[in-house]
Amino acid sequence: MKKLINAVDDVVTEALQGMQAAHPDLIEIHLDPNYVVRRGAPVEGQVAVVSGGGSGHEPMHNGYVGLGMLSGACPGAVFTSPTPDQIYECTRRVNGGRGVVHVVKNYTGDVMNFELAAEMARADGIEVEAVVINDDVAVQDSLYTAGRRGVGATVLAEKLAGARAEAGGSLGEVAAVVRKVNDNARSMGMALTPCTVPAAGKPTFELGDDEMEIGIGIHGEPGRERMELETADRIVDRLMGPILEDLPFRSGDRVLAFVNGMGGTPLIELYIVTRRVARVLEERGLRLERSLVGSYITSLEMAGCSITLLRLGDELVRLWDAPVHTPALRWGV
Amino acid sequence: MGRVMEGEAVDAATLRRWLDVLAARLSERADYLTQLDAAIGDGDHGINMDRGFRAVRERVLDPGNEAPLDGLLKGVGMTLLSTVGGAAGPLYGTFFLRMAAQAGAKDRLPAPELAAALAAGVEGVRQRGRAEPGDKTMLDALLPGVETLERMLAEGRDLASALEAAAAAAEEGCRATVPMVARKGRASYLGQRSAGHQDPGATSSAYLLRALAAAVSGS
Repeated sequence: MKKLINAVDDVVTEALQGMQAAHPDLIEIHLDPNYVVRRGAPVEGQVAVVSGGGSGHEPMHNGYVGLGMLSGACPGAVFTSPTPDQIYECTRRVNGGRGVVHVVKNYTGDVMNFELAAEMARADGIEVEAVVINDDVAVQDSLYTAGRRGVGATVLAEKLAGARAEAGGSLGEVAAVVRKVNDNARSMGMALTPCTVPAAGKPTFELGDDEMEIGIGIHGEPGRERMELETADRIVDRLMGPILEDLPFRSGDRVLAFVNGMGGTPLIELYIVTRRVARVLEERGLRLERSLVGSYITSLEMAGCSITLLRLGDELVRLWDAPVHTPALRWGV
Repeated sequence: MGRVMEGEAVDAATLRRWLDVLAARLSERADYLTQLDAAIGDGDHGINMDRGFRAVRERVLDPGNEAPLDGLLKGVGMTLLSTVGGAAGPLYGTFFLRMAAQAGAKDRLPAPELAAALAAGVEGVRQRGRAEPGDKTMLDALLPGVETLERMLAEGRDLASALEAAAAAAEEGCRATVPMVARKGRASYLGQRSAGHQDPGATSSAYLLRALAAAVSGS
């Protein structure tokens, strides 16, 4: 294992300390339990938005704390859900008196830990509304699985819900934005290489030099199928097909396209992917209204990408364009 | 020595020995559990359980901690909730918290009450995880284990041999997860591809009952 770390046990803590050093104007970190809050939290009279999940997906979620996005984020160990005490304390810390929305990715552990934390916060009289994100079309949603995973739509939901909260939305209104995003977004990812969890010391799975995994999860969970490597255009078509069919997206729809890098793929390749995404959208008569291209929800150093399409109307476009100022996303400020 | 008391009951010392044996086993098998998890999950089960039980050793098994039975079990539950993360944290945390609630404030837990406390823990796991037997989860080891324990005690067997049989039943239940298709947790994303692998959660659950049998028999 070759990593820029000091000690395996210190990875999460030291990364948080580094974030604090880089962004003292935007965030405050708390250690043991670990959480990150917007500087000056709570914002009185404003609904708070809290998310969290395993570390290793940077900049998600800590990098999205700040004006117009998350009020707080709870990082777990690498690829491991945060614990209820972390989420509970973060929730208390950011509550500005109008309630807290929990944005939860649909993983068994995340859902259970957030559920326990919400029970604890409600016992203190804090209003909590949790919304689960499950946009990954690689997983069949049925009674026989834990359901679809939460992936790319999470980043979009956090931005849009944060904008709604910043504009004075009520708890119900902010939660409704998260739900709207989840209902109108679909994603799918793929991997060219595996990644190594520091504490494990070796890759989470093996992938041959000429192989790729289609439908990969963001923790290196094996995907739908493993196949021989293809061109970028062919790969994009494999991802776009299931995404477009699932919602379904129809001719005339306005969409936000989010082309995401898994951590080890350079931006030049993501633009090659984006080129094909734009062509497919055009062929289908979809209007590319907004886009986001870059590594925003990653799997450590995994190479690969995911594509998320969000169908949006005027309200979501307005919220997307609203000012945001966080360590990882900034515009309009 | 933490031996079984006369009248077939366990005391706090025996439970502490159980947790210590379990912590040692989880540490020794951390890589193996992580490997099992990498095959069908996200490859962190061994790491997480080891981290949690190291914390249990430091915070709960501290020689200065003279908590009664239920306080001990509650301490384990709270420690696991706050240190393990993932799905295993809330599930094992709930297991020990429910066990504590069922056990109540006692110095010694008679065998049938130990079985009832374990059964309450297993029911907690079932509720928190919304899983059923056959879903390829912890329950597939815990349920046959605890059912065997209750049956053997009802048949008049002594606690040590009933626990030995319970541990064996849990291990068999764990091996029986190999051909199962997962319906809960991250392994369920694989669908049919999850078949052919032993469930890591069922594996750590089998260790839990094996460690209890070892602590009670004194071996």
